[in-house]
Amino acid sequence: MQLWLIPILPLAGFLINGIFGRRFPKSLVNVVAVGSVVLSFLWVVKTLLALGSLQEPHLEHYFTWIQSGTAGDPGFLQVNCDFMVDRLTAVFLLVVTGVGSLIHIYATGYMAHEGGYYRFFAYLNLFMFFMLVLVLGASFLLLFVGWEGVGLCSYLLIGFYFDKKFATDAGNKAFIVNRIGDFGFALAMFLIFRNFHSLEFVKALPQAATATEGTLAVIGLLLMVGACGKSAQIPLYVWLPDAMAGPTPVSALIHAATMVTAGVYMTARSNVIYHHAPGAAGVIAIIGIATAFMAATIGMAQNDIKKVFAYSTVSQLGYMFVGIGSGAYGAGVWHVVTHAFFKALLFLGAGSVIHALEGEQDMRHMGGLRKKIPITFWTMCCAWVAIAGIPPFSGFYSKDAILAAAYEHSPAIYWIGVITAGITAFYVSRAMFLTFFGEPRGHHHPHESPPVMWIPLAILGILSLTGGFLFNVPEYLKEIFPPIHEVENPTLVYISVAAGVLGIAIAYLMYMVKPGMADSIAGALKAPYQLIYNKYFVDELYDATIVKPVVAGSRVVLWKGVDAGLIDGTVNGVGARSRDVGSILRLLQSGNIRSYAAWVLAGGVALILVMGFTGGLR
Amino acid sequence: MDVILFLVFALIAVACAINVVVQTHPISSAISLVGVMGSLAILYLLLGAEFIAAAQVIVYAGAIMVLFVFVIMLLNAGAESRKGRSYTVQLIGVPLLIAFLGLLAFFVQGMSGRETVVFGGFQKGSPRDIGQALFTTYLLPFEVTSLLILIAIVGAIVLARKEID
Amino acid sequence: MLTAVPISWYLTLSAVLFALGVAGFLFRRNVITVFMSIELMLNAVNLSFVTFSYHNKTNDGHLFTFFVMVVAAAEAAVGLAIILTVFKNKGTLNIDEVDSMKN
Repeated sequence: MQLWLIPILPLAGFLINGIFGRRFPKSLVNVVAVGSVVLSFLWVVKTLLALGSLQEPHLEHYFTWIQSGTAGDPGFLQVNCDFMVDRLTAVFLLVVTGVGSLIHIYATGYMAHEGGYYRFFAYLNLFMFFMLVLVLGASFLLLFVGWEGVGLCSYLLIGFYFDKKFATDAGNKAFIVNRIGDFGFALAMFLIFRNFHSLEFVKALPQAATATEGTLAVIGLLLMVGACGKSAQIPLYVWLPDAMAGPTPVSALIHAATMVTAGVYMTARSNVIYHHAPGAAGVIAIIGIATAFMAATIGMAQNDIKKVFAYSTVSQLGYMFVGIGSGAYGAGVWHVVTHAFFKALLFLGAGSVIHALEGEQDMRHMGGLRKKIPITFWTMCCAWVAIAGIPPFSGFYSKDAILAAAYEHSPAIYWIGVITAGITAFYVSRAMFLTFFGEPRGHHHPHESPPVMWIPLAILGILSLTGGFLFNVPEYLKEIFPPIHEVENPTLVYISVAAGVLGIAIAYLMYMVKPGMADSIAGALKAPYQLIYNKYFVDELYDATIVKPVVAGSRVVLWKGVDAGLIDGTVNGVGARSRDVGSILRLLQSGNIRSYAAWVLAGGVALILVMGFTGGLR
Repeated sequence: MDVILFLVFALIAVACAINVVVQTHPISSAISLVGVMGSLAILYLLLGAEFIAAAQVIVYAGAIMVLFVFVIMLLNAGAESRKGRSYTVQLIGVPLLIAFLGLLAFFVQGMSGRETVVFGGFQKGSPRDIGQALFTTYLLPFEVTSLLILIAIVGAIVLARKEID
Repeated sequence: MLTAVPISWYLTLSAVLFALGVAGFLFRRNVITVFMSIELMLNAVNLSFVTFSYHNKTNDGHLFTFFVMVVAAAEAAVGLAIILTVFKNKGTLNIDEVDSMKN
């Protein structure tokens, strides 16, 4: 099937643009970058059509990567570079390459006036390569290679404007926080290898039933630590809002549609482990709903349009993990797909707004853009109704599937989820009202985006509206995941839809009917407002408890104490002592011949003594 | 008879040697050294080394010491001056010397047992025997030393000649 | 009374002469006297060689002595030439004053 072409095409794009891009005209960079991703998407489609129904996973073996020990030993490790396609992989492949292609096309318009054009597209292609390796990899280790690679590309792209300190700081933050998650992932891999003697999915996962529930719970929780880092859940979500320092297409591709869903992919792939360790699954659900609720509340009070959508992403990722944790793996993956449509659309639309206003990101200076940039407005409305969970649009289907499963698992989670859905609808409506309605509050002359930018918006808009009933993902993935108890409870559906509508209505009231109401409420509830406006001071908390002690410890103990004091002191000390010994020995060289003779005589006497008393002289 | 000869000439040798060390003017030391060498030649005869005894007188006393006397005359060396001192030598010189001599004497007593030296007890010291050994077993050192002498001659001439201005 | 001289007496004499040579080397300041002490030491060693040659009943010791003499001669020639040069440069025969190799 030549599966390897799928990631290699973007890699080729990276190499060509990376090495020669500086000398290419922009059109050639575009062709290479966009072409490689579009070709990859077409190849995915062709491959999936050729593979048919994919009842069994399709494996392709390329070469043996690691082989340690001899077969039969308990510690034998063999890791192959294999690619695997089953139905789960197929879903992710289509999302990554499809949405990726649209965003690449959009980026050619958005980044047209930016410096470092070829570098941007080289990094973007490299990201696609790693993401596809992550999704296609047939073993945990190959997944991890892709995992690390997308983390690297995220760092490179967040810090794309490397002359701005806040951008490079954000890149560092993303990478470092991700590393903490990666540590958990690595520990999980060690445990998997130790218990199942293989890291390949087809070999290790079927053995899951043989291990104890405790072991599986630990593995599951450690995998979740990794997922928390990559998919921005509590407590490792703090990098994602700061990642908005990167260009908007990056936010759309990496931090909405693809990279952050890697954690969901990984936990969905490991569904067998969670199926046999329900305690760990329950923890995941709790983490998910807590993150969803907390991020939604923070999103309510933000003024930067990209920050609102960033917290929205964290919140929607929380929903996905609620689905995973409740056993509804199919629903979680469905939400990945629909979220990719509407969240990428929201980000790209925000990018279009920012592009129209020539850099303005603060919603307090926007307004009345509805008539000025109509295409952007109408496409973003598609995303708006999708994320608010209005039937029959895509968001409604996936969110309701998750909430139904959550109700089966734990009603409390369901109710918090409903409230969060309401808050979600509220803050997205708030963003839309502030941006597109009312009187213009800024001093701008907005112009509509070029077609290369609004055509992807339109396509994503159509997908946001229809994706729900067109692609029934859980049905498609039913064979792969452990069966869940499916319940049809219309009451739950009505309640969650009502929450969404209520959220829109409240936002309408506060921002359209009575514009001053928001500020007066904020003034009346000063303390809670300050709390959520300042993101619950989590960054400040981490800074005080973790960052500052570590930095201080490094500076005082390790740098001044160990490095400068101990190591330099030892080395310098050796040099100084050698000099001292030398200056003492120097006194022997008096220039006086007679004293030299005396020393020779002393040596001779010593020699006679030694030889005499060891029997050299008979 | 051997004993008396040995004792007499041994005492002369030691006395002259002490004189070499003690005298202030170099020329007196040189004459005393000639005396030492002469006594040693007699002792060599007692030990049956006829050729070596002759060589000692001819080469050492007759050539080398003459060279010494010439140089002393050339340099017009006077009695020794009192300048310069070395703490090392003053501190450790005498004790070391006594230790050295004591140790040597101690170990020498342990060697060679009860054997005695009798005049005529060694027959292979004649020129014929020396010559045979020299030109068969020790031919290479012989040739090399001739080269050495040549080098010494050239070196001495180069070092000691007057600069031609 | 002794009828013959024990060999160890010859060796002791050699040791005494050698020690006197060392003493001359250590305690005299005139460079020519120092050189003569060196010759004294060489002579003491020659006596020792010949004595051991008698003890071992072979004439190898004699040949060693012969070569020592030859080398001593060459060394005396060159050494005195060096002393002449030093005297020309430094103007003194006192070895304590030839200390330009001082630390």
